[in-house]
Amino acid sequence: MVKVKNFFILVGKRLREFFIGVGKTCKKVFSNPKTIAGFSILMVFVFIALFGELIFPYNADTDVANKYLDPSWEHPFGTDWLGRDVFRQVIAGTSSVLEIAFFSAIFTVVIGTVLGIVSGFVGGWVDKIIMGITNIFLSIPSFPVYLLLAAIITIDTPVTLALMISIWSWAGLCRAIRVQVMSLKERDFIQICAVMRMSKAHIIFKELLPNVFSYIVINFVMAMRNAIMASVGIMLVGLAAYDPTNWGAIINAARTKGLINAKNIAILMYPLVAIVIFQAAMLMLANGLDETLNPRLKVM
Amino acid sequence: MNENIIEFRNVSIDYPLRKYTIRAVTDVTLGIKRGKITALVGESGSGKTTLSSSIIQCISEPGKIASGDIVFFDNVDGEDKEIVVSKFKEKEMKPFRWKRVSMVFQAAQSALNPVMTVEQQFVETLLAHGEDKDKQKQRARCKELLEYVKLDAERVLSSYPHELSGGMKQRVMIAFSLLLNPDLIILDEPTTALDVITQSYIFNLLKQINREKNISMILMTHDISVVAKFADYVGVMYGGRLVEYGKVNDIFRKRRHPYTEGLINATPSIIGDIDKLKPIEGSPPDLMNLPKGCIFSPRCPYAQEVCVGEEPSEICLEDGSKGRCYFFKERDNGRK
Amino acid sequence: MAENKPTQTEVVSEQPLMRLENINMVFKKSNGLLTDKHIHVLKNINLDIKQGEIIALVGESGCGKTTLGRIITGLLQPTSGNIYLDGTKVTGTFKKKITSYNQVQFIQQDSYAALNPVRTIYDSLYAPIKTHNRKWSRAQIDEKIEELMSLIGLQPSSQFLTKYPHQLSGGQRQRILMARAISLDPKLIVADEPVSMIDVSLRLSLLNLMKKLNEQLNMSFVYISHDLSTTRYIAQNGRVAVMYLGEIAELGNIGDVVHQPRHPYTRALIQAVPIPDPDFASYDELPLKSMNLGSLENRTDGCCFYDRCLYSTDECKISVEYQDTPTARVLCRNLGCVPNQPIYKQKQK
Repeated sequence: MVKVKNFFILVGKRLREFFIGVGKTCKKVFSNPKTIAGFSILMVFVFIALFGELIFPYNADTDVANKYLDPSWEHPFGTDWLGRDVFRQVIAGTSSVLEIAFFSAIFTVVIGTVLGIVSGFVGGWVDKIIMGITNIFLSIPSFPVYLLLAAIITIDTPVTLALMISIWSWAGLCRAIRVQVMSLKERDFIQICAVMRMSKAHIIFKELLPNVFSYIVINFVMAMRNAIMASVGIMLVGLAAYDPTNWGAIINAARTKGLINAKNIAILMYPLVAIVIFQAAMLMLANGLDETLNPRLKVM
Repeated sequence: MNENIIEFRNVSIDYPLRKYTIRAVTDVTLGIKRGKITALVGESGSGKTTLSSSIIQCISEPGKIASGDIVFFDNVDGEDKEIVVSKFKEKEMKPFRWKRVSMVFQAAQSALNPVMTVEQQFVETLLAHGEDKDKQKQRARCKELLEYVKLDAERVLSSYPHELSGGMKQRVMIAFSLLLNPDLIILDEPTTALDVITQSYIFNLLKQINREKNISMILMTHDISVVAKFADYVGVMYGGRLVEYGKVNDIFRKRRHPYTEGLINATPSIIGDIDKLKPIEGSPPDLMNLPKGCIFSPRCPYAQEVCVGEEPSEICLEDGSKGRCYFFKERDNGRK
Repeated sequence: MAENKPTQTEVVSEQPLMRLENINMVFKKSNGLLTDKHIHVLKNINLDIKQGEIIALVGESGCGKTTLGRIITGLLQPTSGNIYLDGTKVTGTFKKKITSYNQVQFIQQDSYAALNPVRTIYDSLYAPIKTHNRKWSRAQIDEKIEELMSLIGLQPSSQFLTKYPHQLSGGQRQRILMARAISLDPKLIVADEPVSMIDVSLRLSLLNLMKKLNEQLNMSFVYISHDLSTTRYIAQNGRVAVMYLGEIAELGNIGDVVHQPRHPYTRALIQAVPIPDPDFASYDELPLKSMNLGSLENRTDGCCFYDRCLYSTDECKISVEYQDTPTARVLCRNLGCVPNQPIYKQKQK
């Protein structure tokens, strides 16, 4: 019984230390105005993605009688050509957009980091093979491949789209991480690990990873951004119209309806502005994080 | 001609940062003797580099002179003239910098442009100062200088900096500083990255320059062995203050200021009694958190009540030495 | 851990702690498409390191002392030659997990680069101890860390353990490096210019700490430096190996070598070292033919100091061998022609 109690005390102590560490980092990270601004806007979007549809449920029923209504209290963004409320469409699409962004970023970062670390740390022919693969992925332009893949694979969930996008974006990160690992490997504090007989696992997880962590975080944010751009692009071309409330889909639909009609342009603007705000927020967040986290990296 | 070539009069230099200001140099009054070699000794944070780079307004950003004057004694047509160089605008500083006072920087590697040959850099400076446009004369001058520093002129002139060794680069920097026949050369740790044998050559060369061309020199270093070998006058700096100044023999024999004594006792040598060596207790002063009174008092083995009250002002003695210590006059540690 | 060993550093056993036999280190650099340049960084190094002694490797940049230090720690494998630790041959066994090579540790020159900038001091000290003592509890490791901190003189330890490397001063970081090195109870520590980046007034206390560790724990030290003055201080009763272009030019007791150097290079070196006493200032030319270091490429069997030596003969160009004098072992065949009076009149203990 005592042993169990001690175990829990130990776990509790470790957790407490961990959270204190996290707390200190957060305090430092959130002292930058850019980070605060970017993160707040991101949180607004996350909130909308999670709870938006509960507050403003979207009814996809067409109501042709009410088409092209002007913005009013009831329809803040007006209605589209089928009488559907544009505002609620945008809200409903948020969760889809964020899902794509988030999953794509996770896939990109995980694949890129793992391959980058393995390539940089192990070196030799493993490195050559991985770099060869990376080079292929880097030299073929992404967008045509997306189009090709989109034509072959049916995209019916955000996760599929995210996976497809991330397949072409991990290569850059892999390269960058590899270079960092290779240069870190030569640093004194890694070399001494060999003299002190530390295990490879320790070197990778406890020594290398914390040093590239901030880089990974920033790249995560940028990957989210890139995913949005890619997905909007794909939807604009009409290749992935599985979810009509997705912002890209709205833009595409408005565009195909004909931009001569000023009302269609207006409808197009709302999701467009939402995308712009989202991207700007992510950029600010990335810049803010870069400013706070990088000086320590830079002291090389 | 005034016996001094440069005079610092109550000079204080600040680094205004975002949240607070660091005073790197506090109230330094110092005369650099004409035709002689004055060494400024101090460890990191002592302010010696800041002080000397202020002569040619080369203090690293955001430092600036907060108070006091730096005066240059010129001799125009037989008449002595005092020029306050600290008040120079950039326009007036240009003809002064490098023509009257030049500088040899610490890491020669970073002072030379890596994408230009040595000759190109020399010529560029000559042109910038409006010297002889005649190519032949320029080349001859460059050759003359490089030969003076015992380098193979033909080979070095056409080389890029990365093709030269550390010692050679430093000699190129010395030749560079002589380019416009200055009256004073400031040397900032000229041999730190070099080995002992090259160091010996460089110092012999500098001594030769001083004697033959009568060029005054200010040498910054943290190594008092070099000072003993090379300097005529020594200024000891600590925490931005000039704590002692005097002739080199007096400094080493009398060691009036406790920091000077501590520094000399803490420097190992290849001869001399090892057991007599003692480190200085404590750590260098934190410029943002200075102790009350004399800033050396926390580390001083002779500190008394009066030392932690108010900071001591400078006491000058008849033989020209001076220092900041309440007991400066009484202390005379005469060596055997 | 800090049992009080006798302060006498008499050699208990006949066998040296570490023996380096005919160590050669050649780096290949490509010289155009087809040929390679062979850079002979170390040539025929033979050295014994005794238990509990402090031995210094002295020389200028390019002499190979850092390379030799790395070979001793195992970070670098020599191109040829053997290394024996306590009589056992350990050449090439560095990468294996269980090896007596654990007994050799390393203190680097740049204390800032030698510590992980994103981990606290506590983490940096905890990790190696835990790796070698898997069964120890947290409390036991904490106790050991506490012991180490008091040994290196950084108290109260809680003030330092929670900090990151950039928050400590250079001298404090250097002490942490020492603590980390001795935490694994090594028999030999290689210190690569440990005080060159420290303020002058603080160097002595660090050197005193190393002396204390050597006496109390009977650890051997290999002290690598280009500065003869600090070398003389720390290796007071030990030996010095003066290196030139990858070879040991002179090997002997430091007091003897500094007072009465025999090899022409050592003589020039001693004369070039500045002394903190104006009475000893001299501007005589050094007894060298040229200022430039020789080349590490295309080494012959002859003496590498040949082109700078004032006393060299034609035979020196062809071959060179070690000669034993009462004070040192010297790599010179022409010792008869080299002056051998002391450089400075006073000899100190």
